[in-house]
Amino acid sequence: MSGRVLVGVKRVIDYAVKIRVKPDNSGVVTDGVKHSMNPFCEIAVEEAVKLKEKKLVKEVVAVSCGPQQVQETIRTALAMGADRGIHVEVSGKDYESLGPLQVSKIMAALAKKEEAQLLILGKQAIDDDCNQTGQMTAALLDWPQGTFASEVTVEGEKLKVVREIDGGLETIKINLPAVLTADLRLNTPRYATLPNIMKAKKKKITQVKPSDLGVDLTSRLQVLRVDEPPQRQAGVKVETVDDLVSKLRECGRI
Amino acid sequence: MAKPLRSDVIRLYKTLLYIGREYPKGTAYFKERLKSAFMKNKDETDPEKIQKLVARGEFVIKELEALYFLRKYRTMKKRYYEP
Repeated sequence: MSGRVLVGVKRVIDYAVKIRVKPDNSGVVTDGVKHSMNPFCEIAVEEAVKLKEKKLVKEVVAVSCGPQQVQETIRTALAMGADRGIHVEVSGKDYESLGPLQVSKIMAALAKKEEAQLLILGKQAIDDDCNQTGQMTAALLDWPQGTFASEVTVEGEKLKVVREIDGGLETIKINLPAVLTADLRLNTPRYATLPNIMKAKKKKITQVKPSDLGVDLTSRLQVLRVDEPPQRQAGVKVETVDDLVSKLRECGRI
Repeated sequence: MAKPLRSDVIRLYKTLLYIGREYPKGTAYFKERLKSAFMKNKDETDPEKIQKLVARGEFVIKELEALYFLRKYRTMKKRYYEP
């Protein structure tokens, strides 16, 4: 293979930030909160850049959907070694209801437009934990999919993918073009260094609108409410076995 | 007096400042220590010694990158892969 790789990157609330729910239960607080690239997307970018360093692909394109701020995330991908970026402008109401289906429609349209040979995405985002975009994109394009990849090798016009599944690993061989989703153990993403971020400012980011791609962003999902997980109750210390037995009897365990 | 290593030292300081923004104990904590570490050797004039100190700074950068990666990896592992 010697084509183009499209990598999807998502801007999410940083993994180290304590998430707070808005008082009206409509969502989580995002204003003034540190954002960064989704960790699984970093792994996806790294894999694409590695393929390019092995001269197996000719170009790595980073794609992100969202408001103006996602350009920072694209810049990080460019600093890690992607060649150019595509910013799909989605803002306001559309961004709030942007889900896996809408993103996969955009990714599928872009993959066709850019004549990509391979699409690499993170297996899931750490904000909504959907784990659907890769699968949906593969379905929309009717391409083979290698999800939860923990090892990828190119064999001529085919890909050998080792997948992480429940209770072990599964090795599959798929034809190109294909969709891959990166699992945690695929590689160790490189750090976007200061000089590379400066250099990345010279790389090009193209802006497109979903309407240019012929994608309809209407969502059929409605968020009813968002709640914090229940607080863990404090435990009690008991002095003797008799105390323990009586306590257990009290809560009806024995 | 020519100072050929001046730009190297400044570059190192800037890179460390940048990387320190993600330090788990906070940017301020890191900045304070970084500054004192540099000030401690401000009167160093021997080029060989300065080069050694710069190399040590570069080693610290590598260590910090590894620290950040491991911290992220462990959080992800704990969150998604452990029952």
